[in-house]
Amino acid sequence: MRRGLVPGLLTLAFLVSFVGLALVALLSADTGMPSPSGAFGGRFDVTVWRSLRFTLLQAGLSTLLSVLLALPVAHALARRPHFLGRLWLVRLMALPLGLPALVAALGLLGIWGRQGVVNHALAALGLSEPISIYGLSGILIAHVFFNMPLAARLFLSGLERIPGEHWRIAANLGMGSLSLWRLVEWPVLRGLLPGVAGLIFMLCATSFTLVLTLGGGPAATTLEVAIYQALRFDFDPVRAMALSALQIGVTLGLLLALRLAAPAPEEATTLGRASRRFDGKSLAPRMIDVVILGLAAVFVAAPLAAVAASGLAARPLRLLSEPAFQQALATSLAIAAASALICVALSTCLVTARLSALSMRRRSLPARLIAGASDGAGSLVLLVPPVVLGAGWFLLLRGFGAIGHFAPIIVILINALMALPFATRILSPAIATHHARTGRLAESLGLAGWNRLRRIDLPCLARPLLMALSFAAALSLGDLGAVALFGSQDLVTLPYLLFSRLGSYRIQDADALALLLGLVCLALTMAGTPGRGHRAEREGRPI
Amino acid sequence: MNAAHPAIALEEAIVAFGTRHLSFDCRIDAGGITAVLGPSGSGKSTLLNLIAGFETPDRGHVTLMGQRMDDVAPSRRPVSVIFQDNNLFAHLDVTTNIGLGIDPGLKLSADDRARIGQALARVGLADYEKRRPPSLSGGERQRVALARALVQTRPILLLDEPFAALDPALRAGMSALIGELQAERQMTVLLVTHHPEDVRRLADDVLFLEEGRILLHAPREAFLQRRDLPAVAAFLRD
Repeated sequence: MRRGLVPGLLTLAFLVSFVGLALVALLSADTGMPSPSGAFGGRFDVTVWRSLRFTLLQAGLSTLLSVLLALPVAHALARRPHFLGRLWLVRLMALPLGLPALVAALGLLGIWGRQGVVNHALAALGLSEPISIYGLSGILIAHVFFNMPLAARLFLSGLERIPGEHWRIAANLGMGSLSLWRLVEWPVLRGLLPGVAGLIFMLCATSFTLVLTLGGGPAATTLEVAIYQALRFDFDPVRAMALSALQIGVTLGLLLALRLAAPAPEEATTLGRASRRFDGKSLAPRMIDVVILGLAAVFVAAPLAAVAASGLAARPLRLLSEPAFQQALATSLAIAAASALICVALSTCLVTARLSALSMRRRSLPARLIAGASDGAGSLVLLVPPVVLGAGWFLLLRGFGAIGHFAPIIVILINALMALPFATRILSPAIATHHARTGRLAESLGLAGWNRLRRIDLPCLARPLLMALSFAAALSLGDLGAVALFGSQDLVTLPYLLFSRLGSYRIQDADALALLLGLVCLALTMAGTPGRGHRAEREGRPI
Repeated sequence: MNAAHPAIALEEAIVAFGTRHLSFDCRIDAGGITAVLGPSGSGKSTLLNLIAGFETPDRGHVTLMGQRMDDVAPSRRPVSVIFQDNNLFAHLDVTTNIGLGIDPGLKLSADDRARIGQALARVGLADYEKRRPPSLSGGERQRVALARALVQTRPILLLDEPFAALDPALRAGMSALIGELQAERQMTVLLVTHHPEDVRRLADDVLFLEEGRILLHAPREAFLQRRDLPAVAAFLRD
C-alpha cells in the first residue's frame, strides 16, 4: 500500500515543479529585462487588452454557435435511432477531435478559403464578394468544425440515456414533438448545457494553432498567439509575461467557474442500445431531420474530403523519399513515443497512488495529499496551456543560453503533460477495476514487484495502457503549440514542417503532409478511443 | 493435533472505520470447520481480512499457529484464501493459476507439475491443465481455486462465501468436497456463509458476529438449539 504512494508523490512533485518553475519565470514582476514596450507600467498596453478581449469574444461566439448548432443535430440523431449510415455519421462526428488542428485548418481552407469550394460556388452564382476565412469568421468556422460534433455527441449520449419507458409513456399520453421537447428532451439537455458549454469555451479560449493559422493580424489575435508572437518575433519577454498572466487568469477563472457550476460531461458508450422512439413519424419532421443531418454531415465531412483530395493530388508518396520529411517524421515519432511513455507512466503513478491512498483507513499526511492532489494535477495542466508553459520554460532556459539543447526535452514534457488528463481518464477506471479484482488475490499469493507486473498487471492492463499510449502519441504528433516556440532548424516535427511549408507557400507539399499526418493521427486516436470492446473486457481479468 | 496453542487466536484485535469500532477476541482450535455467521456489515469480512493479513489491527494481536502476525505479509501467513469470485486470473491457464500457489515466480519443477496434476484430480478436474478460466463454469473455477489451496499446503483455509455464486446442486458438491479435504488434511477451515444449511452440513463450530463483536462462539449443536438471541433466531428461521 504505502509503496504505491512514493511514485505518486514523486510524480506530483515533478508536475508541480515543472509547471511551478514556468509560472515563477512568467509571473515574477522583477524582470530587469529590457523591453521594447517599456517598463512595468507598459506591460498591460492596449494590444494586450485587445488580445484578451478577442480571446473572450471568439471563445464566447464559438461556444454559442457550436452549442446552438449541436442541439438540432443531437435531437435529430436521437429521434432517428435506426437509419442506414447512422453509425457512420456518429463516427464522423468523432473524427475532428482526432485531427491535428493544422490539418483541419488546411481542409477548412480548401472549403471556405479564397480558392475554396464555397467561394467558387458563390462566384458561379454571380456574387462578387468572396467570404474571407481569415479573421474572426475563419476562427469561428474552425472552432465550430471541431466543437459542434463534440457537443452533438455529448448531447446525444445524454438523450440516449433517457429511459425507454419515458418514450412509451409519452407516446401513450399523446405528446407532440413540442411537449416532448419541453418535458422530456430539454430538461436533459439543459442539465448538460453548462458542462458542455464550459468545456467548449475552455477549448476555444486556449486554442492556439487554429488562431495562428486562420487569425488575421493584430485585430484577430488571442492571448496565446500573442504570447508566441511576443517571444518569437518581437522578442518582448515583458509583454509575453503580461499576456501569460492574463491567460492564466482566464483559465483559472474558467476552471473555478466550471468546478462550481458544471459537472464534467461524460459520454457514455450507449450508442448500441438506442431506445425505441415513437415520435417524429410524419413527413415534415422526417424532412427536417434529413436536412439537418445532411447539412451537419457535409459540414464535417467536406474539409476532411478536401484534405484527402488535395493530399492525394499532391502525390503524398513522393514525400517518403524526401530527406526533410524523413527527418521530421523521425523527430516526430521519437518525440511522440517519448512523451506518450512519460505521460502514461506519470498517469499510472498518480492513479495508483490515489487508489492506495483512498484505500487506507487512516490516511497519513502524504496519503491525504495524494488523494486530494491527484485530481488537481489534471487541473494544473489545464490551468497552464502548452504555449504558456512553453513560454515560461523559454524564458527560464534563455538564461542558460542554448535553448536548442533543451528544446526536445521541453517539447516532450509539455506534450506529455497535455495528454495527462486524457490518459488519466482512460487509465483511472481500468486500474481501479484491476486493483479491486486482483489486489487481495495477488497479495495473498505473494505476487509482487516484477513478477506481478509481468504476469498480472501488464497482461490485464495491456489494452487500456496501449489505448492511453496511442491517444497521447496522437496528441503529441499533431501538436504545434509547444514546438512552435522551440522549433528550429534542429528541431522540426511534422506539424512544424507543415506550418513552415504553408508559410513559404509550398502548398503541394503542405497538402501531401497534411494527408499523411492526418491519417496517422486519426489512426492513433481511433486506437485510443474506448469502443464497445466487451470481449476485451472479459479477457485478462480474474474470475 | 497440537493442543498447546489454538490455530487462530485474536486478542482484543480492534479495527476502526471512522467512528465504528470492530473488536474481536476469540480462539479457534486446530483441525475443524468453523462457520462464520452474522448479518451483512457485522464484520465477517473484516475478521477474515485480519486473519489473512489484508487488514492490520489498530490494537491487539492476531496469532496464527502460535506465531504473532503483527507485521507478517499476507503471502507469508500460514493461510490460503478463497473468495466468492475473482479467484483466478483469466489470462492464465489452470496450471499456471495453481502454480502461482507454489511459486509466485512460476519456477516449477517436474515434481511441482505432478503435484498440480494430483491436486486437480483430487478436486475432480483431471485433464483441465490447459483450460483457461473463461471456459470453466463457476463451480469448476472454485474447484481450481481449491486445488491451488491444496498445493499451498497451509494449515489454515479461509473461505469467504465460496458458494455464493453457485447454484444449489453445485453448492452441495462443493461443500462435500470441502468436508472431505478438511478431514483428509486436518486443515483449520473458516467458512463465511449466509446459509443455515452450510452450518448443518459442514460446521463443527459457529462464530456468530453482530455489529463488529463476536456475539456467540459455540459448537454446532449448541448453536442450533439457541433461541434466546434474536439475531441467531432470525438467522436460523431463514
